[in-house]
Amino acid sequence: MSSWSWLNKFRQWFNGYRVRKFKNRLFFVLCLLCVVIAIVPLLSILFEVIARGTPEVNLHFLIANGLQGGIGPAIQGTLILIGLTSLIGIPLGVLSGVYLAEFGNNKYASWMRTTNDILTEFPSIVVGITAYSIIVVNITGKPSPLAGAIALSFMLVPIVARTTEESMKLVPNSVREASMALGARRWRSIISVVLPSAKGGLITGTLLAVARVAGETAPILLTILGNSYFFQGFNQPIDALPLRIFLDSRMPQPELQAQAWGAALILILIVLSLNIAVRLISRGRLKR
Amino acid sequence: MNRKLTGDNIFKILSGVIAASAAVILLLNADVLITGSVPVLQKFGASFLTGNNWNPVVGRESFGVLPYVLGTLITSGIALLIGVPLSLGIAIFLVEMSPKVVKVPLSYLVELLAAVPSVIYGLWGLFVLRFWITDYIEIPLSKYLGWIPIFSGAPFGLDFFTAGVILSIMIIPTVASVSREVISAVPDSVREAAYGIGATKWEVIRHWVLSYGRSGIFGAVILGLGRAVGETMAVTMVIGNAVGPIAMPITLFQPGQTLPSLIANGFLEAPNPLEKSAYVGAGLVLLVISLLINIVAHVMVTRVLKVKGGAVE
Repeated sequence: MSSWSWLNKFRQWFNGYRVRKFKNRLFFVLCLLCVVIAIVPLLSILFEVIARGTPEVNLHFLIANGLQGGIGPAIQGTLILIGLTSLIGIPLGVLSGVYLAEFGNNKYASWMRTTNDILTEFPSIVVGITAYSIIVVNITGKPSPLAGAIALSFMLVPIVARTTEESMKLVPNSVREASMALGARRWRSIISVVLPSAKGGLITGTLLAVARVAGETAPILLTILGNSYFFQGFNQPIDALPLRIFLDSRMPQPELQAQAWGAALILILIVLSLNIAVRLISRGRLKR
Repeated sequence: MNRKLTGDNIFKILSGVIAASAAVILLLNADVLITGSVPVLQKFGASFLTGNNWNPVVGRESFGVLPYVLGTLITSGIALLIGVPLSLGIAIFLVEMSPKVVKVPLSYLVELLAAVPSVIYGLWGLFVLRFWITDYIEIPLSKYLGWIPIFSGAPFGLDFFTAGVILSIMIIPTVASVSREVISAVPDSVREAAYGIGATKWEVIRHWVLSYGRSGIFGAVILGLGRAVGETMAVTMVIGNAVGPIAMPITLFQPGQTLPSLIANGFLEAPNPLEKSAYVGAGLVLLVISLLINIVAHVMVTRVLKVKGGAVE
C-alpha cells in the first residue's frame, strides 16, 4: 500500500505545474534544435563547395575542354540540355496547366492532376531507362543530348503543369468576366488576359522547375554518357555539369576530385542564384 | 454543348490533349519497363525477386534483386527514422513557435535544402559527411554496441547507414513543408479550446494539433518515403556499391546497394540483352514500389485537405 502512495505522489509531482512547464520549455528547445540540425548540413555543403571549389575556378577551367583540365564542355552541355528541355517541356507543361486551370472541372482533369502528382515524385532513374530505351536505342543509336533532353522534360512537364495551374487559379474570376464582357472569346481572354495576369507566378515557378531539373543527374546518367570535347551534334554524346561531378568524384586522381568540387561550385552557383533571385523577385511582387 | 469547331472548342480540345502528356509519359515508362523486363522475368520468374545472385557471365547468368530491395527499404527506413522527427520539429517550430521575424528566413533556408542538386549531396557525403559519421557515430557504436548484430562490422563510412543519413537530410524539406501546411490547416478554434482548459503549448500540440492533423502528417511521411526510395545519385555515391550475395544486408555498417544505385552503376555497361533486361526489371520493381507509396500518400493528403475545407488550396 505504501509503495502505491509513493507512486501517486510521484504522479502528482510529474503532472504538476512546474514539471509541465519544464516539459514545455524542453519541447521548445528540442524543436529549435531540429531547425538548427537541418540547417547545419546546408551551411556545411555551401561552405565546403565554396572552400574547395574556389581555388579551382579560373578562366581556363571554365572554357578549356576536358583533356586540358577544363569543364567547358560540361557547362556548354548543361546549357544545351536546359535549352532543349525547356523547348520541349515548357510548352507542354504550360498548356496542360492551362487546361487544368480553365477547363479542369471534370473527372478527366482530376485524373490528369493525379497523374501529374505521381509523375512529379517519379524515381528519376526510371525516366533515364525509358529515354534510353526509346531514344538512344531507336533513334540516335548512342547517348545524345536529344535523349537527355527528353528524359529531363519528362520530369519538367508535370512540375510546370502544376505551377501553371496554381498561378492561373490565383487570377480572380472578375478578370475573366471583364475580358469576356468586352467581347473576347474564351480562348482569346485566356491567352491575352488570364495568362499575362498569372505571368509572375508562372515565370517564377517555371524557373524554379528548370533550376531543379538542371541539377538532375540520374536521368542524364543513362542518356548522355559524358564527353571531353565540346558539342558535336545532336546525336553524339555530350557532357553536363552534374554528370561531370559524378564521374570525377569516382576517380582516384586528386586533381579530378578537385575538378568535381570546382564543377560543383559552378552548378550550385547556377541553381542557387536562380532560386534566390526568383524568390526575391516574387516576394517583392507579392508585397506590392 | 456547342460542338462546332469554334476557336474556343479547338483551344479546349488542343489543351485537353496536351494535358494528357503526363499520362502518356507515365504509360510510356510503364510500357518500356514491362516489355524490357519480359526476358529476365521469363527466364527467372519469381526467383528474380527472391534471389540474391547477380552474375552476368554469359551462360551462367543468374539475377536476383532481393538484396537491393532490402537495401532500398533499409536506407529509406533510416531516412524516415531520422528525418521525420526532425521535420516535424521544424514544422512545429515554424508554425507554432517561431517569432515572425525569423519565420520567413528560416523556412526559406529549409526550402533551400531542396534546391541543392542531389549530386552535390553525394559529393558532400562522399568527402565530408562520410568521415563525420565514421568518426563520431559508427566507430563508437560498433565499439560499445557491436554485440548488437546491426551495429557489427568494420565501419568505414560507405555503407547503408551513411546512405540513410544523406537521405534523411534530403527528405527534410518535403516532409517539413507538407506537415507545415497540415499543421497550419488545423483550425485555431481547436488550439483555443485546448488553451482554454489550461494546457501548455506542448500539450496542445501533442494532444490536439498533431492528432487533428494525423493523417495529413502520415501522408507527408509517405511522400518523404517516396522521395527516399527513388533517390539515386547521392545514394550511389555513398553506399559502397556491393553487388551480388555480399550486398545482402546483415549489418548497417556494410557496403550495399539500393535499386536505383544498382541501375545507375550497371545499366550502361551491361553488354548483353539479358543483363540489360535484368536492370530494366530492377527498374520495374522500383517503379511498382514507388507507385504504391505515392498513391497511398496522395489518397492520405487529399483526404485530409478535403476534410479541412481546402485550407491549403
